[in-house]
Amino acid sequence: MTEGVNQPDQPETVSGHTPDLFAKFDPLIAMREGLLASGVEDPFDLVMEKVLSPTRAVCNGRETILLGTYNYMGMTFDPEVIEAGKQALADFGAGTTGSRVLNGTYQGHKEVEKALCEFYAMDHAMVFSTGYQANLGIISTIAGKGDYIVLDIDSHASIWDGCKLGDAEIVPFKHNDIEAMEKRLRRIPDGAGKLVILEGVYSMLGDIAPLKEMVAVAKKHGAMVLVDEAHSMGFIGHHGRGVAEDQDCLADVDFVIGTFSKSVGTVGGFCVSNHPKFEILRLVCRPYVFTASLPPSVVATAATSIRKLMHGSNKRAHLWENSKTLHAGLKALGFQLGTEEPQSAIVAVIMPDLERGAAMWEALIEGGLYVNLARPPATPANMTLLRCSLCAEHTGEEVQTILGIFEAAGKAVGII
Amino acid sequence: MDRAEVNEKIRSLIEPFNKKGVAIADGTTFAGDLEFDSLTVMDFVAAIEDEFDIIISMNQQAEIETFGQLVDAVTKMVS
Repeated sequence: MTEGVNQPDQPETVSGHTPDLFAKFDPLIAMREGLLASGVEDPFDLVMEKVLSPTRAVCNGRETILLGTYNYMGMTFDPEVIEAGKQALADFGAGTTGSRVLNGTYQGHKEVEKALCEFYAMDHAMVFSTGYQANLGIISTIAGKGDYIVLDIDSHASIWDGCKLGDAEIVPFKHNDIEAMEKRLRRIPDGAGKLVILEGVYSMLGDIAPLKEMVAVAKKHGAMVLVDEAHSMGFIGHHGRGVAEDQDCLADVDFVIGTFSKSVGTVGGFCVSNHPKFEILRLVCRPYVFTASLPPSVVATAATSIRKLMHGSNKRAHLWENSKTLHAGLKALGFQLGTEEPQSAIVAVIMPDLERGAAMWEALIEGGLYVNLARPPATPANMTLLRCSLCAEHTGEEVQTILGIFEAAGKAVGII
Repeated sequence: MDRAEVNEKIRSLIEPFNKKGVAIADGTTFAGDLEFDSLTVMDFVAAIEDEFDIIISMNQQAEIETFGQLVDAVTKMVS
């Protein structure tokens, strides 16, 4: 009889060298500790104790102007949107507790998909629980083994994760480089399926893509085209349909991906398309099938907001004004910006390094201004950025206040 | 094109990316020895793709860790 049988309940002691699975995070842990040891407020642990409006909140005990929320059209506190949410909460309950393909499709889910079809003037719309899942689901499902995905190297994490989840061959090209994209499309073997993935607005630097040229090249090579318009919906283009509409090439885009967590002002993601077989995706797209659907209140607020965005041209004009004023003002103060001219509602301020970026972020928050601190690896070329996203509800006066806070902080930290 | 020719071409293509002047052998690793980050990898792969008129997808790149493996993979694609 072995000793093991005599002592069955004794915990096994690990022998030999077994690495801690968390060892891979040590460099990040060290970097974070180093940053916090220098005394700065943790930029990734901000708490909003009270939200006063789309542009104001109480953060870490201070009243703060919000300049990093992607709440471009300020719909989060729209009275009609809130009312629709309250009504749905009362009528349909707090949640669906089910998948869209089982018990999780309520009237409200159908209505928000109808609103999207009307907003984009397209035949089909499929709503996901988040924008991340929309990219994850659509990309991994439509591009399969033997197909090729050709995508911009600066694509959002959700696009990369969609590529990783699927079985297609992944071929990236240099950011916004039409020639590099065409070369790769040309080299794909005959007979292989091709999907080109682009974004309307790239969220790190706030620059837009030359979609008209890129979509034309993709079509010339027989590729289907997916464009993520997360940061342009409701704001760019005559109807607010995004950069593809603005550049007059939306008709050649096969799939538009979008989100409810920016201009729409709630949470959720979607894909709209005119593909005649689109509806089959509801049965084969795993991130759509194997997750609970959005709560009734969320789809009700989204549908109401989307319908209001169809008539938001005055707000759009004011948002452009804000973006132009902030961009010109920061440039005049001597800050280095992500784009020469304002191209979207995102203005990225390039920091010399992470230390000074964090110091600048802290000086801004102490001055009563919240912006996003973006750092490698999420950023292109390992840049540290202070990313500002404007809202149509920021008043002209508020933009001037923002510039004043930037000036004081930039001088205190020694960046300008 | 034979392996020796491919080897020679890639050696010349790698030069501008080999900032520390590491001696290149078949066992030289891109991530470890040459310290290539993801952007360097993209530019270096693009240079090879353009030179040989081929595609090296990220799926294929994942299998290539050393200079020798790269030469083997490209040789296979162009022969």
